[in-house]
Amino acid sequence: MKWEQLCQGLAEEGFLRLACDIAPRLIQGTATTFQLTMLAIGLGLAGGILLALGRVYGNKLIYWVSTAYVQFVRGTPVLVQLFLIYYGLPTFEIRLDSLTAAIIGLGLNSAAYQAEYFRGAIQSISRGQMLAARAIGMTNLQAIRYVILPQALRIVIPPWSNELIYTLKYSSVAFIIGAPELMATGQIIASRNFRYFEVFLIVAFIYLVCVLIISKLLDIAEQKLKIPGLEMR
Amino acid sequence: MLDKLLLIWESLPLLIRGAIVTLELTMSLLAIGFVLGLIVALGQVYGPRPIAMLMSGYERFFRAMPILVLLIVFFYGLAFLGVSLPAFGTAVLVFGLHSSAYQSQIFRGSIQAIKPGQILAARALGMTRLQVIRYITLPQALRLAIPGWSNEYSGVLKDTSFAFAIGVTELARQGWQIATRTREMFLVFISVALIYLLLTYLGTWLLELLERYLSVPGLAGQRREEHGRVV
Amino acid sequence: MAVSSKIIVRVEDLHKRYGSEEILKGVSFTVRQGEALAIIGPSGTGKSTLLRCINRLTEPDRGRIWLEETEITSPHTDINKIRQQIGFVFQDFNLFAHLTALDNVRLGLLKVKKLPKKEATERAMHELARVGLAEHAQKYPAQLSGGQQQRVSIARALAMDPKLMLFDEPTSALDPELIGEVLQVMQKLAEEGMTMIVVTHEMGFARSVCDQVIFMEKGVIVEQGPPEQIFTNPQQPRTRQFLGKISELYGGAGR
Repeated sequence: MKWEQLCQGLAEEGFLRLACDIAPRLIQGTATTFQLTMLAIGLGLAGGILLALGRVYGNKLIYWVSTAYVQFVRGTPVLVQLFLIYYGLPTFEIRLDSLTAAIIGLGLNSAAYQAEYFRGAIQSISRGQMLAARAIGMTNLQAIRYVILPQALRIVIPPWSNELIYTLKYSSVAFIIGAPELMATGQIIASRNFRYFEVFLIVAFIYLVCVLIISKLLDIAEQKLKIPGLEMR
Repeated sequence: MLDKLLLIWESLPLLIRGAIVTLELTMSLLAIGFVLGLIVALGQVYGPRPIAMLMSGYERFFRAMPILVLLIVFFYGLAFLGVSLPAFGTAVLVFGLHSSAYQSQIFRGSIQAIKPGQILAARALGMTRLQVIRYITLPQALRLAIPGWSNEYSGVLKDTSFAFAIGVTELARQGWQIATRTREMFLVFISVALIYLLLTYLGTWLLELLERYLSVPGLAGQRREEHGRVV
Repeated sequence: MAVSSKIIVRVEDLHKRYGSEEILKGVSFTVRQGEALAIIGPSGTGKSTLLRCINRLTEPDRGRIWLEETEITSPHTDINKIRQQIGFVFQDFNLFAHLTALDNVRLGLLKVKKLPKKEATERAMHELARVGLAEHAQKYPAQLSGGQQQRVSIARALAMDPKLMLFDEPTSALDPELIGEVLQVMQKLAEEGMTMIVVTHEMGFARSVCDQVIFMEKGVIVEQGPPEQIFTNPQQPRTRQFLGKISELYGGAGR
């Protein structure tokens, strides 16, 4: 019978009306979600490349530190990592607002995973190419910059596009520390009108649409950027 | 310094209690995901077209939804429909459905990795379709699935921390309660993180042992992805 | 090698098409008890399809097949019952990768014939000994050579105590030095009086071991007869041409 109430609600009480009412705020929340996702993935990209280089070319100390970092992050929940940053860092007098904490937390988390994609990609490029670059007089850094990375970046596109989707989905965790993204916006709205289920249903629908559209776009991009003979394994 | 270590030592029983809830949650959801995932995978590979399409739609939907959003929607949705389920039960259900989509992908991959000639050979011996699935397909597919399954374990173990949001007192929430009470945020959350780390590597290590124990020459699975993250 | 007058298999006007391509265009023949029949001919002329139609791993479009008195092609026939009586040996062995040699041979006995474990094991070991692999019983397929794998697959088929054995190019996937061991097993089988149909490119085997030879091309039987006739005095120009090409390639009448 509750279901009947829901159906009635849709028609008269105005589920559509509700959707209409809260759309502007949810769109704003969605914008924040995207901002959060893009900044986190960018931070993860930079961090990931550095970590990967550290694990492949670094000396013992660098290798050890970057490996420990990657293992720690991959073995612990992103939520606990956010808690560490948002609630734990003030112990050391470092205070961040919730959105910044979320960006840094998700970014540092993503860096560990991206590091593994890059490491795989770098290692799949033959040692011979590194030797050839050194043979024409390039320094190690030049070889990495001009020979290894350009190829690695291309090879890494398929797993990397998965990571983008993943980060978009998992950015919702920021809501638990109160960053004003899509979920948190829904929470604020629902706590005023008490229509939790309906509000979060709309929120879920927005996530679904965003994820499906972006997956499709990334698929298309992947096909366009494909270079014959350059893929992982 | 010493008093802080003492604090952690004193909180340890509570943290262990939280870790046990986390493990219970993980095991239950993996079991549900295993059964549903296997059904979805078999439906996709062997089912008639409408069933296969339905199963693919199911898989796509649950893979596209953020798990936290799913959890919250179910949490309020069940209440809305008048179904009263404790938070732990809701978490098991939602995580289980979500995991089944990922597990179905693992199983589908390993079913398809079996050389089709063996199915023909089994049929030529006079086996029925069900016998072929039971004696040829599954024993191989499940072996091939272990590495992927190990990724799934480590993925869902970490995901269970989201049950925090609907009030399940698992490891993260247990840590949260201790942290807010003692105000030793960093220390407590580092301890919580280390326990998760331990559980992750302990579990994957056990699964590796299982894989080695069940290993057959010439049959090796591959690691796939962890909830959408390629590993 | 006594061939009795009892007919084991009768194939009548068999047709099969894949899309627009007609693979079998009306094939008919009979095989009598104890007879070894070789089917030869160029690749892609429907020989393997024909073999698979006999135990309905491929469904024929038209035509009828009998195993003794039972019509295999009848919709009322329990095909799984029929398949237990027809051994099938594949080109690429198709051993079950997760089972040892012994378990490969034993599985059908346990699960299809539902024999008790002890009896199934004895029977399986006996069949493995027959193909000379008793000491490899505990090895997995990946630990065996191609020739050994094919012998296990023959033992697997034999264990079901079939009335008829079908061999689909059993040596085509083998390295040349491994072909001999498989042919030897098959020869022994023929000498013991097993009824068999062998699709093969091994002309030497067809000539010296088989009682009847069918030359097939483009979905029809071009010529059929005892090996002496087919190999020394073929009646059809196409048969002569084909055998000529083969002897050009391998010298003599094939390997």
